[in-house]
Amino acid sequence: MFRQASRLVSRSITAKSATNRAFSTEVPSTIDSSFVEAWKKVAPNMDPPQTPSSFMKPRPSTASSIPTKLTVNFVLPYASELSGKEVDMVIIPATTGQMGVLPGHVPTIAELKPGIMSVHEGTDIKKYFVSSGFAFLHANSVADIIAVEAVPLENIDASQVQKGLAEFTQKLASATTDLEKAEAQIGVEVHSAMNAALSG
Amino acid sequence: MAMSILRREGRRLLPSIAARPIAAIRSPLASDQEEGLIGVRSISTQVVRNRMKSVKNIQKITKAMKMVAASKLRAVQGRAENSRGLWQPFTALLGDNPSIDVKKSVVVTLSSDKGLCGGINSTVVKVSRALYKLNAGPEKEVKFVIVGEKAKAIMFRDSKNDISLTVTELNKNPLNYAQVSVLADDILKNVEFDALRIVYNKFHSVVAFLPTVATVLSPEIIEKESEVGGKLGELDSYEIEGGETKGEILQNLAEFQFSCVMFNAVLENACSEMGARMSAMDSSSRNAGEMLDRLTLTYNRTRQASITTELIEIISGASALEAAK
Repeated sequence: MFRQASRLVSRSITAKSATNRAFSTEVPSTIDSSFVEAWKKVAPNMDPPQTPSSFMKPRPSTASSIPTKLTVNFVLPYASELSGKEVDMVIIPATTGQMGVLPGHVPTIAELKPGIMSVHEGTDIKKYFVSSGFAFLHANSVADIIAVEAVPLENIDASQVQKGLAEFTQKLASATTDLEKAEAQIGVEVHSAMNAALSG
Repeated sequence: MAMSILRREGRRLLPSIAARPIAAIRSPLASDQEEGLIGVRSISTQVVRNRMKSVKNIQKITKAMKMVAASKLRAVQGRAENSRGLWQPFTALLGDNPSIDVKKSVVVTLSSDKGLCGGINSTVVKVSRALYKLNAGPEKEVKFVIVGEKAKAIMFRDSKNDISLTVTELNKNPLNYAQVSVLADDILKNVEFDALRIVYNKFHSVVAFLPTVATVLSPEIIEKESEVGGKLGELDSYEIEGGETKGEILQNLAEFQFSCVMFNAVLENACSEMGARMSAMDSSSRNAGEMLDRLTLTYNRTRQASITTELIEIISGASALEAAK
């Protein structure tokens, strides 16, 4: 009887792993079916190429009640700072001002301006200076924040910020072409935001 | 009979080593058969020895290339894996629509500049050509943007008119996001598109590279599709923060998505290139080793045969003298 039980347990385990990827060498295969059909008509002898959705973990669906925690994915081009971290609140520097995000926030697409992003987890607050990017808030209380560059606030050197600010203000004053003016303006904006971040 | 087997063995060709040393190997073996040319005997061991030296050099070079590719792979692999999180939020928001039907598609083909990296460039070109066939039709046009010398060389032959932009020497300096975003900006400025399909080799493991196509839609198509419903239908329910109009935000979003997807694609392609080069050079050096073994056997046999012949001559000469006495 115990042998039967263990066989049933092992069967259910192997069945589960077979539905997930059985071997790490196996290739993911959830591709858009209409794409696969169209492909087979044009190139029947070639395997259809993969698409990015087959490399992604599926997102959780929208819960009926508001969840207690917000799941944050904070990605940069060279690293995923936070991935699937459960937090209480994040404050993001949207172009319309600092925006607080709690679980159950209305789905939003927000463009970010240079400023501080803070992640609140219980009593911990972690602050990052974000250069720019986008934030997507989904209905299932998942927040995706994509920034081009972000540094923890501790790593910013105040004297360098002052120097940079002075340099770009001077460049703005002496700029001739529109392009130079725009570049100098961006420099001034970022540096003054960093200044405000360090002092505030 | 031993000689014919050797000749047959010598004919097993290495794909990656130039044809000349192989053709040259056949000739000393053939000349061995002609035992009438006595003077050739000592020269033929010389010829085989030269072949052995050149094959050994080739083996050393391919081994070195494999190590270089391995070290470069180690450097890029970490960065490619870290950048994998970058495009996921976009796909989560906008979905993945490879089968979308648009008027102007642009296929961005990523390939390497240098060769000797196995079949990855030809798979990418095959996928691009199939995408062209998939998306071409009445009132629909497909243009190519080619990144990398190898794909340029292949595509120039038949699709010259459809290529709108080529970019080479991308990997000369270490890749970073700023460089790729400048490239993405260039492409966006110069090419009109409704949908961009980026074809690259995704790095699955050191021996497996999956050709992948990532689709980025233009802001107008995103708006149209979100109104129609379907996969992008939920996009309408999202509030837009900042910016005056939804169109402006969508424009920035599409451009940002393109640069992020390009960055990840370029890194993955570079990884795949290094991995493919590693395995190509590895099989090359292994083949060179096998060829060297066979040549060594030939050399020894030739040497022993010539010694035996000399001995026979001496002995028969001596016994002739004996008999004459």
